[in-house]
Amino acid sequence: MTVEQIGSEGKDQFPIGMRVLAVDDDPTCLLLLGTLLRRCQYHVTTTSQAKTALKMLRENKNKFDLVISDVHMPDMDGFKLLEHVGLEMDLPVIMLSANGDTKLVMKGITHGACDYLLKPVRIEELQNIWQHVARRKKKDRCNSGSKDKPHPDSGEAAGIGNVDNNGKLNKKRKDQNEDEDDERDENGHDNEDPSAQKKPRVVWSVELHRKFVAAVNQLGIDKAVPKKILELMNVEKLTRENVASHLQKFRLYLKRISCVANQQANMAAALGTADSAYLRMGSLNGLGNFHTLAGSDQLHNAAFRSFPPSGVLGRLNTPAGLGIRGLPSPGTIQLGHVQNSGHPTNDLSKLQSFVPGNHNTNILQGMPMSLELDRLQHNKSVGHIGELPTTDSTTVFPGSGKLVDARITGFSNNPLLGVTSNSLMLEGSSQQATSHTSVSAIGFQNGNALSDFTSIAPASYQLQDSKAGSQGQASPINCNAGQIIRSAPQEWNAPRKDAPYQSHASINSSIPINSAMIQLGQCLDRNNSIFHRTTDLDSVGPLNFVDPLSIKHGEGDNSIMEPSVIEKEGYLMFQPRPHGSHVPDNIGSLEDLASAMMKQEGGCNGYSLRTSI
Amino acid sequence: MERNPMRRQLAIMRQSLFDQGHVDEQFVQLEELQDDANPNFVEEVVTLYYRDSARIILNIEQALERKPFDFRKLDAYMHQFKGSSSSIGAKKVKAESTLFREYCKSGNGEGCMRSFQQLKKEYATLRKKLGAYFQLARQAGPVETASRPK
Repeated sequence: MTVEQIGSEGKDQFPIGMRVLAVDDDPTCLLLLGTLLRRCQYHVTTTSQAKTALKMLRENKNKFDLVISDVHMPDMDGFKLLEHVGLEMDLPVIMLSANGDTKLVMKGITHGACDYLLKPVRIEELQNIWQHVARRKKKDRCNSGSKDKPHPDSGEAAGIGNVDNNGKLNKKRKDQNEDEDDERDENGHDNEDPSAQKKPRVVWSVELHRKFVAAVNQLGIDKAVPKKILELMNVEKLTRENVASHLQKFRLYLKRISCVANQQANMAAALGTADSAYLRMGSLNGLGNFHTLAGSDQLHNAAFRSFPPSGVLGRLNTPAGLGIRGLPSPGTIQLGHVQNSGHPTNDLSKLQSFVPGNHNTNILQGMPMSLELDRLQHNKSVGHIGELPTTDSTTVFPGSGKLVDARITGFSNNPLLGVTSNSLMLEGSSQQATSHTSVSAIGFQNGNALSDFTSIAPASYQLQDSKAGSQGQASPINCNAGQIIRSAPQEWNAPRKDAPYQSHASINSSIPINSAMIQLGQCLDRNNSIFHRTTDLDSVGPLNFVDPLSIKHGEGDNSIMEPSVIEKEGYLMFQPRPHGSHVPDNIGSLEDLASAMMKQEGGCNGYSLRTSI
Repeated sequence: MERNPMRRQLAIMRQSLFDQGHVDEQFVQLEELQDDANPNFVEEVVTLYYRDSARIILNIEQALERKPFDFRKLDAYMHQFKGSSSSIGAKKVKAESTLFREYCKSGNGEGCMRSFQQLKKEYATLRKKLGAYFQLARQAGPVETASRPK
């Protein structure tokens, strides 16, 4: 039975019955908007909280056809929500604001809004919003190739009916943008059901996205074409069109991140690493980010793959956020902070020495991030870090477990980068609800200074817990960051974080982050390929932080983590774990990581690293 | 068309709201949304507006007591206030909000305070007028398509 037939009353009379989700913190405006929409005969659901809206959307991706959201909201920036929805659910989103500044409207466009309305909104304007839904459906239909749509009219049925079963990971063919397809003109893979009228949406789960990012990383962001990616991913029922549209989004995401990254070069650069941007993408990209960064670095691919959790790390690398500016040691960045507790970058430089992955440098350089690679000398290390996770963990994302991966990324040389990317990553993950994301991304923000971390950390937490929203999880990912963050995190996540921190603290106790980093760095340095070594990564304390948190908290700290926080930091991705003690005991993974590191390095004790630095 | 003297009076009152610039076109939009299914829609929205805006006004007042002024915050509050005021069509109040925001942007604390005082006055006037209007509307009863003897 075609989906369209379900609830066909509405569908047949499209746009009547179109399901709209309205989000606005102002109750007066919300009531007015809801009433206006009902007057247009749409089926309306209203909420004043962006987080609630996201939750509703995630519960059932096919429950709504369109989202209208205010720009200024207290719990989450409207643009962040917009991004999440675009990436996760691929629904048309209309922005609403009393402010019609060109800049704001432009921002809406770059974030993917399909329209921007000014308040007070009039009914005439709302009567036409169905066109956005129709347009999308039409595109989907075209993309899918076979146009067996039972409903000839504006794709309502297909679009609307495009429902997979709730929450199921249906990899049905969903063609979003043909662009990629057109350009490449490759034959899509067998479509599971070319003639199906309904084109179920492909749900890009964390797992799937991770594979995607891994594939992209492997091919190199420039050479990644949907067909090859599809082959690499080897997922049945996934079509080239699906991959193509996802790739397109991913690229946009990367681009956006890099813009942001540039701006945040200072802060994010060091830590955030583009990853964060990717994280936003929904963590899917995690790896993807790395690609951009590493480009040249093959390490990423290989390395990252191995680190599943590193997803987060991947982010870090993403140059996007990497404001790495001079983050001496990618991983260290965080450490740096720790030591100085305030001078993240400076210290980091010291730490950088250990930056493990010399390879990373490549990564960093590759990274579009504005990071000042030069400064970063250690970029190498950063590079590593970023790389590692990305491939594997499919970017940091949220996949709670993923964070671990992400961890590493954060450390990659760009302390800042790492952070930034982390944040990105985390965000992404939030979608996944798997706490993983948050952790990783945030950690790295260090770039600028602990303060960044703090901000980052919270962000990261959020990502991680995407689900629970309990940012606390984000915790310690980067111990380093954690330290710094420690102070900060309390603000946001407090609840969880405390727990993780403590565990981590145990590890380093004194140098919490630094040592962690150092160890990491050492391990990294030696191994350059450390990243590659999954085991290493784990040991990479700092990275682990992310992990443990994520893992542990996987429960789902809000994935959304305060987009604002993340954004600010640029890449906070991993931060979540402020505890700073980089090796979270509780995290378990961290411990392993730490021990692994130790083993590898032959006692890379954090302290020892210091000397190396 | 107003057979009923009360209705006539209501119409006059309504017209003066527009003529005096207290409400604008947006208010008409609200009225148009009122129907049998939603017979008191306008009043509902306006009541909701009062509640929410009173809170914002309080926030602004408190913020204005803290020196030095946090213009960014003040502007943010006012942006919110302006948004909801414009949603119900409160014309004068909205204009005053815009002025206040200008002062905020230019860091003119004195101007902010003056403007805020004026805004509060306009706001109070609007509340009074709308209050009287709705009260009369309730008394006049629902609009009948055909005149019915009372």
